[in-house]
Amino acid sequence: MRSEPILQVKNVRKAFGGVQALVDVSFSVCEGEVFGVIGPNGSGKTTLINCITGFIKMDSGMVLYRGKDVTRKPPHKIANLGITRTFQIMRPYYSLPAYKNLIVPLFSPRARRTGGWRGGGKLGDRDTVGIDILEEIGFERDSFVPYKLASSLPTGYLKRLELARCLALRPEIIICDEVFSGLSMSEIASMVPLIEKLQMEGLTLIMIEHRLRELFRVAQRLMVLNFGEKIAEGVPEEVMEDENVKQAYLGSEKSVEYA
Amino acid sequence: MKMEMGERRKERLDRGIKVRTEGIYAISSWEEMNYLLVPRLALILGMFALPLVMPAYWQRVISYVCIYALLTLGFDFLAHFVGLVSLGGALFVGVGGYLAAILNTSFGLPVVLTIPIATIAGAIICTLLLLPALRLRGVYFAIVTLMYPLVLLRIIEALNILGGTEGILGVASFPNKWVEQYLIIGIVIFSLFGLRRLVNQDIGLVFRGVKDNDQAVRASGLSITIYKSIAVFIASGLGCLGGAYLAHVYMWAGISQFALDFSILPIAATVIGGGGTLVGPVLGCFMLVPISELLRSVGTLRIAFYAIILTVFIVFRSEGIMVYAQRKYHQFERWVKV
Repeated sequence: MRSEPILQVKNVRKAFGGVQALVDVSFSVCEGEVFGVIGPNGSGKTTLINCITGFIKMDSGMVLYRGKDVTRKPPHKIANLGITRTFQIMRPYYSLPAYKNLIVPLFSPRARRTGGWRGGGKLGDRDTVGIDILEEIGFERDSFVPYKLASSLPTGYLKRLELARCLALRPEIIICDEVFSGLSMSEIASMVPLIEKLQMEGLTLIMIEHRLRELFRVAQRLMVLNFGEKIAEGVPEEVMEDENVKQAYLGSEKSVEYA
Repeated sequence: MKMEMGERRKERLDRGIKVRTEGIYAISSWEEMNYLLVPRLALILGMFALPLVMPAYWQRVISYVCIYALLTLGFDFLAHFVGLVSLGGALFVGVGGYLAAILNTSFGLPVVLTIPIATIAGAIICTLLLLPALRLRGVYFAIVTLMYPLVLLRIIEALNILGGTEGILGVASFPNKWVEQYLIIGIVIFSLFGLRRLVNQDIGLVFRGVKDNDQAVRASGLSITIYKSIAVFIASGLGCLGGAYLAHVYMWAGISQFALDFSILPIAATVIGGGGTLVGPVLGCFMLVPISELLRSVGTLRIAFYAIILTVFIVFRSEGIMVYAQRKYHQFERWVKV
């Protein structure tokens, strides 16, 4: 039903010394899809993101974005192509107010080129555009929150700020590294519609998650990693019935409780 | 805070004008205008008054202070707004000084041309030299920048090029001391306010982003190498300008322009003046350079005095004079019952 895959990852391999972090991982993501990546701690999820976005160099393998090879490009070039990522450990600019944090991505070649309402240009200066994006992502414009220093914001807002930084680039793919982790239940509850909204706007999302319940609400397909190897892929319900997955997650034969 | 004062604490309230956001002031009365204008005017007029009020011997020191102020501005900008701790002051001064001297003596260019050319070309050379080190952070970058002036000094000495240990003699001087002093004072004030403005522009925010979190800047689609080299270009340009000026003031360029003083004094001045304020480090130079001039008779023991001053400041007032002064100026303090 869906057209061409927007992102194809082929046989990615990465070793840190003697540790095989990723062993021939391949998958592809279709346009407009929410693709989940799960796996126990240390299974190589974040390494996979780092390889795709160029933050670390993969040993072998290939990443195709709309059929174009982006394998060995540096991170800023990949971001400028429209593949953005959030960091699991949030990386805001602590000494700047929240809305000024967005000046940096808005200053990038991509944001300046694409213009439009998110990229500045006719719609006022970058400050205004930054506040617009923050409002979209759940910072109340008329409150003090967007104007506070990032160092004084709580985790929930910092996670949103990470997403806002991606949105400022007008991306086509956002790779979310555990956006739900460390949040309270109510914060997560307000985050889920946000993710759904991004998908409705046509973005493709790859989500690394440990919170399976929320992930299953938003994700269409799922991939499971264990010790750097892909052990299952498919729709969530099927994947969680897979013997290998149960083994990896629980180490037993019992059925996994989710949802 | 003594205990017998009971349950009291110090409360700080912003003094202030009615609307104060970053860089935008709503001014509605003379009091508010004065609140903003007086400190700035005091600095500018004070600097312009210096050549008029200083006794003869100290006239020459004004130029030295201003040259160090340029270096220190560059250091503070790199260290507190880009996150690169540079000990390359001596490199910048040396490159700028030698370039100006060569342009003047070998090519016969006048002072109006040598200084701008030495500034731009020197900044390009320094940036290219430091380009391989831009991936490094913190103390590693500092070590590389410290190494360059030492290496260049020894190369000039060993190969006996560029005048060897003699240096390049016969560099033209300024027409008179008024031109010499007022030109550099103007340059310092322009650079100071220019940099203060730059760090709050959008590109300045990118620099500060590089300092806070360079990985996030890369994830935002910006090449940190490019922005770091722009910043190094600005800082080394200031340093080379100072070096070129120094060559014309001395009428000589020599290996002492690669001396470590040019790398060390900016750090001391920044610590004393208050890092990250830009104006503080300039004031720090106005204190340290005259002291160092007074101690000229004791020779290299000067370094010991810097060390003592630095230690005292780091232990007792590590924020620096300007941060302290700004806090006192912008905020009320009062005791309140808890």
